Amino acid sequence: MNEKEVEVLEIIEHNGRLAVDTIAKMIDMSVEATGALIRSLEEKKVIIEYATVIDWAKVDNDDTIKAMIDVKVTPKRDVGFDEIARRIYRYDEVKSVYLMSGAYDLSVQVEGRTMTDVARFVSDKLSTLDSVISTTTHFIMKKYKHDGTIFDEGDADKRIVVSP
Amino acid sequence: MSNRFLSSTAKNLQPSGIRRFFDLAAGMEGVISLGVGEPDFVTSWKIREASILSLEEGYTSYTANPGILSLRKEISKYYRTKYSLSYDPNSEVLVTVGASQGIDLAIRAVVNPGEEVIVIRPSFVSYLPTIELAGGIPVPIETTAETDFRPTADAIRHAVTDRTKAVMICSPSNPTGTVLNQSSLQEIADVCIEKDLLVITDEIYAELSYDEAHVSIASLSKMRERTIVINGFSKGFAMTGWRLGFALGPDDILQAMLKIHQYTTMCASTTAQHGALEALRNGWEDVAHMRKHYQRRRNYIVRSFQEMGLSCHMPGGAFYAFPSIKSTGFSSEEFAEKLLHEEKVAVVPGNVFGPSGEGHIRCSYASSMEQLQEAVRRMEQFIARHSTQEPFLVDQKTMQT
Repeated sequence: MNEKEVEVLEIIEHNGRLAVDTIAKMIDMSVEATGALIRSLEEKKVIIEYATVIDWAKVDNDDTIKAMIDVKVTPKRDVGFDEIARRIYRYDEVKSVYLMSGAYDLSVQVEGRTMTDVARFVSDKLSTLDSVISTTTHFIMKKYKHDGTIFDEGDADKRIVVSP
Repeated sequence: MSNRFLSSTAKNLQPSGIRRFFDLAAGMEGVISLGVGEPDFVTSWKIREASILSLEEGYTSYTANPGILSLRKEISKYYRTKYSLSYDPNSEVLVTVGASQGIDLAIRAVVNPGEEVIVIRPSFVSYLPTIELAGGIPVPIETTAETDFRPTADAIRHAVTDRTKAVMICSPSNPTGTVLNQSSLQEIADVCIEKDLLVITDEIYAELSYDEAHVSIASLSKMRERTIVINGFSKGFAMTGWRLGFALGPDDILQAMLKIHQYTTMCASTTAQHGALEALRNGWEDVAHMRKHYQRRRNYIVRSFQEMGLSCHMPGGAFYAFPSIKSTGFSSEEFAEKLLHEEKVAVVPGNVFGPSGEGHIRCSYASSMEQLQEAVRRMEQFIARHSTQEPFLVDQKTMQT
């Protein structure tokens, strides 16, 4: 990965909506070369998708329930944790899965319409998988910071309009 | 001003041209400001936390006049590591209330009434009044975009008289963003050695140097003994409101500055000094992060100006672009006022930084990319609307005045 590619990734990760000509100016390259560079990163699946961070708490009719579930599993010969992780991440309710070091093995983030939905997913689907030894469910009550973005901090510019 | 109690010094002091634009822009809604001379980043949390901790631990009293010794040691280490310059933290480092106080102390410590100080212009608005307040006479040397706002040795030599005491430089420069590279500094150094002059170097933007490593004139051969370095935490560490700077220089000059400092200020804020200590010890990743963002924004805004027909030299440092607006036919003041009223974009007219700033505007790119994109969009509209103006009218007007 060369320096310009890393720079483009840093820029896009922060703001995926910037136009190619804007990015080109920022990294001091031509629009054509910047476009080609971005396309190549997309083709190589370095850029997987362009996501948006939304504060759903501000959406009136948002009633999704989010939970982090600590899962202990028995790894299998040859495939280790990968097989069970794949089985888990294919459920629509599951938003993210991480292999963890420490007290448990997989961290699974789940979303449902109600607490009952989440509880049912855990008891009926997750806990009944062969390799799963135990689960501990933590409901997310409020999001303060997500992927580097602080949710509850006033971002108003506190500077005076013109200064020396 | 006619109050009979006022001193003639205070009466004669001209208010900064920046102040007028602050007043104009402050009352307006929806203004996008490219007029701010400070970072848009908030001081990093670790620095803020260190200051909070110092308060919790009860560090609420005076510090030693020159500042906390551990901070002076870190400042000394900073200049040793970065510039291979050695300053004794006990006698050659002074912690000041912002770089501004450092400049004031330096001038007051060395300038006798009637002595001259050469200032490279366009320059920061405080230099000339500060020299005048000390009873000195500022001698401006005007530079132009054609030479990237770098002064020539000949111009400096030409300005030197029997009364010249010092040359003031600022690199990277507010307002032009020009970085004086090694060869430019050597030219200045040669004249100063030849004419036995002191140099006061304002290095407040040193950490915001993008294309090449910043060089301090004090690090050039035979210059340490005749240089007062002024620097601070405001720009690199995004700590403008903390008002914390420092001065470095030969023992006897620094001790003279310390005398004035102890009688007028006592010491810099204790809380701020604890934050600054953390900044120098653990703040460098944040500086690198901010510098990277400024550099991208600089590239964006300078290219955008060039595309909309405003010629603009590539500033090597600070966070200002200084494009020429001569092609519009407006004076700097007219351009800035019309832009503010018609498009609600605040910029600072270049003439407030001296006559050589006329025909330019200072645009700070210490704003988010979203703000810069909107500012560029509005300025494109403005330029398109006024592109029928007679070009270079300003040049003629400036020459007449």
